[in-house]
Amino acid sequence: MSDMTTQSSSSPEPRPHFHAANHGNLPPVSNQLLGCEDLDVYYGAFRAVTEVDLEFNRNEITALIGPSGCGKSTLLRSLNRMNDLIDGARVEGTVNFMGQNIYAKGVDPIEVRRRIGMVFQKPNPFPKSIYDNIAYGPRVTGMSVSSMDDLVEESLTKAALWSEVKDKLKAPAFGLSGGQQQRMCIARTIAVKPEVILMDEPCSALDPIATMRIEDLMHELREDFTIVIVTHNMQQAARVADRTAFFTAHAEETTGNRTGVLVEFDRTAEIFENPKDKRTEDYISGRFG
Amino acid sequence: MKADNRTSESDIRPLKLGGNAERAPRPLIFLGLLWLSLLVAFSVLVTLLVTILVEGLPVLSSDLVTEYPSSRPEEAGARPAILGSVWVIITTAVLTLPLGIAAAVHLEEFADKHNWLNRLIELNVQNLAAVPSIIYGLLALGFLAMLQVDNKNIVIGGALALSLLILPVVIMATREGLRAVPREIRDASLALGATPWQTVWRQVLPASVPSIATGSILALSRALGEAAPLLVLGALVYITFDPNGLLSGYTTLPIQIFNWTGRPQEGFHQLAAATSVLLLIVLLLMNALAIYIRNAYQKRW
Repeated sequence: MSDMTTQSSSSPEPRPHFHAANHGNLPPVSNQLLGCEDLDVYYGAFRAVTEVDLEFNRNEITALIGPSGCGKSTLLRSLNRMNDLIDGARVEGTVNFMGQNIYAKGVDPIEVRRRIGMVFQKPNPFPKSIYDNIAYGPRVTGMSVSSMDDLVEESLTKAALWSEVKDKLKAPAFGLSGGQQQRMCIARTIAVKPEVILMDEPCSALDPIATMRIEDLMHELREDFTIVIVTHNMQQAARVADRTAFFTAHAEETTGNRTGVLVEFDRTAEIFENPKDKRTEDYISGRFG
Repeated sequence: MKADNRTSESDIRPLKLGGNAERAPRPLIFLGLLWLSLLVAFSVLVTLLVTILVEGLPVLSSDLVTEYPSSRPEEAGARPAILGSVWVIITTAVLTLPLGIAAAVHLEEFADKHNWLNRLIELNVQNLAAVPSIIYGLLALGFLAMLQVDNKNIVIGGALALSLLILPVVIMATREGLRAVPREIRDASLALGATPWQTVWRQVLPASVPSIATGSILALSRALGEAAPLLVLGALVYITFDPNGLLSGYTTLPIQIFNWTGRPQEGFHQLAAATSVLLLIVLLLMNALAIYIRNAYQKRW
């Protein structure tokens, strides 16, 4: 544990290639907040993800990378039961959040989604004002809020958007640029004070500058939240993530059906500099995917 | 050095001049037929409009709106029919809209789409929209008879028939509107911890209000022009009082027109034409409102 304290106090300033935290000696697995064990996700008869074991640590950023169709997004959506909403989606195995299987009987998916928030690939503001977008979550979840104005300001500030929008809170959110919309969606997510934020390729619809701003923001959000990000962009994983999980699509021998499997999961520096698996090495060196 | 990738002299093929595939005989004939079809449809409409305008305009006066029907055409007006139409349409709207919108929300947002019963209902809603309107009149007649209502020419009876008639249209229009709300909006709301019900009530329904309003207004304007189901219910009567309640006797504009057209006197034909002009104006206004709402609230996602 003494190891941990030195870790969390290390400053994130020098960021030459990898996140500073990656160069320290993280304990193998500790401080787990969310994790899945032996997780299979099905769409009807199709098994999209097979036997995944992962742990996500508190105040860390974990990246899920891999080629298209390897089930990263499917896995992500099963971590807060967003997959429940898709016709025919089914989960086997467990997803543990603070020691509780979120798929156990009696668990309310609404509470799961409130505590494990999600940011989507395409910015998806509501057709309302910026203010109402942020206030929506706290309102519908019945959060006791002493001052909604303060909460809106705090959320937008944490999402590094306050200075840009503070004079036009009542303006429609559609008027913002794509990058601003995405940061507003992040602000909207943190307004309900979740413990975990899942991000499904949050920058894939954005230009490089907007992407950079979101990545910077993620480093700040790490102080308060646990983040899991799916990304197509390996450099992005290398830049932001403490740990990285590499997935690939694997054809089952008997049926030939393709299914997503976890190949390797380690500290990001290990994955990129010293991959244990040949498939990981091929992927990160650009030989496939 | 060779200009390896550049186009050589012999590769240059200038665009041919003189030919125009759009001016070939076949496309021209086809275009001509299209114009002809348009002309036929248009001239029928123009003839109709000109005829009723020529016949009706001279007698289109405030008397038409304020006077009661009379056996003498120069004294007759359509006041009870106008008020009857207003009563019936408002009652129809009150009966249909909550029911139709609720049914559509259930079918689109909550019903299990793989369940055979739900699929049967869906299919039948579409079929019901194609049922001739007089059938709904008979249905309402049977229903009132079952309730042992003797006088079937009452506002609520007519509204019931018209509700049945436009309910499928309202359901389908609402479903279209709900379906047009992108999945991302639902996802965003649910991911924030909103319940499916809150998501529908606070995001999906408000976002589809324009298309629901448009569809409903068009459906109501169809109901306003209907005569057949109301004729079955006995609305073809001589009414010389203002309808004043759901159980009041009534007649409506289309039926007043029908009534006057059947009279031998020329004066009544003129009144029928004038009333048609009035009905047309109301219908055009309603459709214009529907188009206005559709354009004004067009969503960009």
